[in-house]
Amino acid sequence: MPWFIKTKAEREAQKKLSEEIWTKCQSCGAHVFKQDFTNNSNVCPKCNWHGKLTAYERIGITLDSGSFKELNETIRPSDPLNFVDGKGSYKEHIERVTKKTGLNESVVTGLGKINEKDVVIAVMDFRFLGGSLGGGTGEKILQAANYAYDHKLPYIIFSASGGARMHEGILSLMQMAKTCAGIARLDEKQLPFISVLTDPTTGGVSASYAMVGDINIAEPGALVGFAGRRVIENTIKQKLPDSFQTAEFVLEHGFLDMVVHRRDLKNTLAGILSYYNR
Amino acid sequence: MSEFDFEKPVAEMEKAIDKLKNINGENKTDFNAQLTDLEAKLYERKKEIYDNLTPWQTVQVARHAKRPVLFDYIRYIFTDFIELHGDRHFGDDHAMVGGFATLGKEKVMLIGHSKGKNLEENIKRNFGQAKPEGYRKALRLMRLAEKYNLPIVTFCDTQGAFPGLDAEERGQHEAIARNLTEMAKIKVPIITVVTGEGGSGGALGIAVGDSVCMLSYAVYSVISPEGCAGILWRDASFSPQAAEALKITAKSLLELGVIDEIIQEPVGGAHTDPQKTAEEIRTVVLKHIKKHSGQSTSKLLSKRFDKFAAMGKFTK
Repeated sequence: MPWFIKTKAEREAQKKLSEEIWTKCQSCGAHVFKQDFTNNSNVCPKCNWHGKLTAYERIGITLDSGSFKELNETIRPSDPLNFVDGKGSYKEHIERVTKKTGLNESVVTGLGKINEKDVVIAVMDFRFLGGSLGGGTGEKILQAANYAYDHKLPYIIFSASGGARMHEGILSLMQMAKTCAGIARLDEKQLPFISVLTDPTTGGVSASYAMVGDINIAEPGALVGFAGRRVIENTIKQKLPDSFQTAEFVLEHGFLDMVVHRRDLKNTLAGILSYYNR
Repeated sequence: MSEFDFEKPVAEMEKAIDKLKNINGENKTDFNAQLTDLEAKLYERKKEIYDNLTPWQTVQVARHAKRPVLFDYIRYIFTDFIELHGDRHFGDDHAMVGGFATLGKEKVMLIGHSKGKNLEENIKRNFGQAKPEGYRKALRLMRLAEKYNLPIVTFCDTQGAFPGLDAEERGQHEAIARNLTEMAKIKVPIITVVTGEGGSGGALGIAVGDSVCMLSYAVYSVISPEGCAGILWRDASFSPQAAEALKITAKSLLELGVIDEIIQEPVGGAHTDPQKTAEEIRTVVLKHIKKHSGQSTSKLLSKRFDKFAAMGKFTK
């Protein structure tokens, strides 16, 4: 066999190797070293596109090193409706995604420090059923709010979610009221609540806790909206511009305080908290 | 007359009854006994059908074109309605109606989705799909109710909050989120009745009630069966299956602890006897107002918090 002809196995090995070294930016299409991309917290070094982070990656770049203490990590979904859809059962779905991600729910909650200030934090993880708001998610977000309430601490939620979790039906809708009830109580003690909207924050999550921060912050380019783009296009029978429902669009319409680059986020949060005077 | 496919089994009986009723002349009285008998049988058969509606059939009843709407209920059971308009920020949303109203001897703030009953009115009221200004009007009126110490009664009947460009621009998410957060703090009792379609966040935006009641053939869901089928079955023709899986009927919601009481509609649905339906609503709403009145504000609010904090299931 001539030297320039490769077997299928060789081609696949090479492809795999190159995938380990290179990654393609989903926005500008540039091929960048994977190492550069991850060292840059999944932000494209060429175009500043903000890729998704796992909950623990987010915690790693947000909290002071070693300060994180997780709360309610054993809470996981239940299947209250015995839900089965065209693709199988919700139970199997949960099992698969738990195995794949190592997560128990779509949110990780806990305590930690930001530039030495104590905070309670909840971070959603889009990999777990699209970050959907299920009963376990709602409970963890409420419990974290209650912890902030009981210990008089600021509360920060990082959202990344497509919205309510259909597989739990009406009970997932009720998580919106449940989490907001927890947020509402923070006002009683004048406790700060900061909402950070990351890509994507839509549906039942944007229509509940994510939009009622004392301060609402989003990452550049993040999809932030209520209804899905296709649903809206079908309703109004026209194409929507690319900029529709981006963080910048929502900032322009007055529903965000700022759009902040990921590398500046921690210091921005610390700066805001420094004005909390109680 | 039967109007739904699932009423076909009684269509023949209804025809026979009509025939008997239309007989004129001397021997009319001879048929009276037969008529009474047939009518009793018809009622039994119809009741059996309505007691066993599938979730998808219930959706059809909940969406019936003649189903009573907010202004029907206002006409039948509320007096001295003074409608109040506008959110004081942007405009007046006709899909969300509110104002002072009197129910029996109880003065209340009434707020509800308004669909309209003919095409002209449907269009004016955007088929009951409210925009941010609708939710903000509702919140404004809830705060006014708090100031005047009036219980709040909300009626939900919407496919959902309006999914349009303008609604997004004006912050549909923020408007609903704000209502959910503020309703947790409103210092007067809130009684909610889901009268037709309880469409997701669009319904919940006015439904964080101390008591949530539901008409027996209303539905309340996180997503429409069609929407759910489109996503999870990739085919909207699976809507009946999605309706079943989502557990959207009053009976299911009572079992799940989401609602507090089912208000029984007449056999055949609310549209067959709007007045009777309205009177049932009046009795139940007054009962729930009484239940939540006369307690301290802190008790009222902590019970509301506990109610919603307990919603949902998880494994630990």
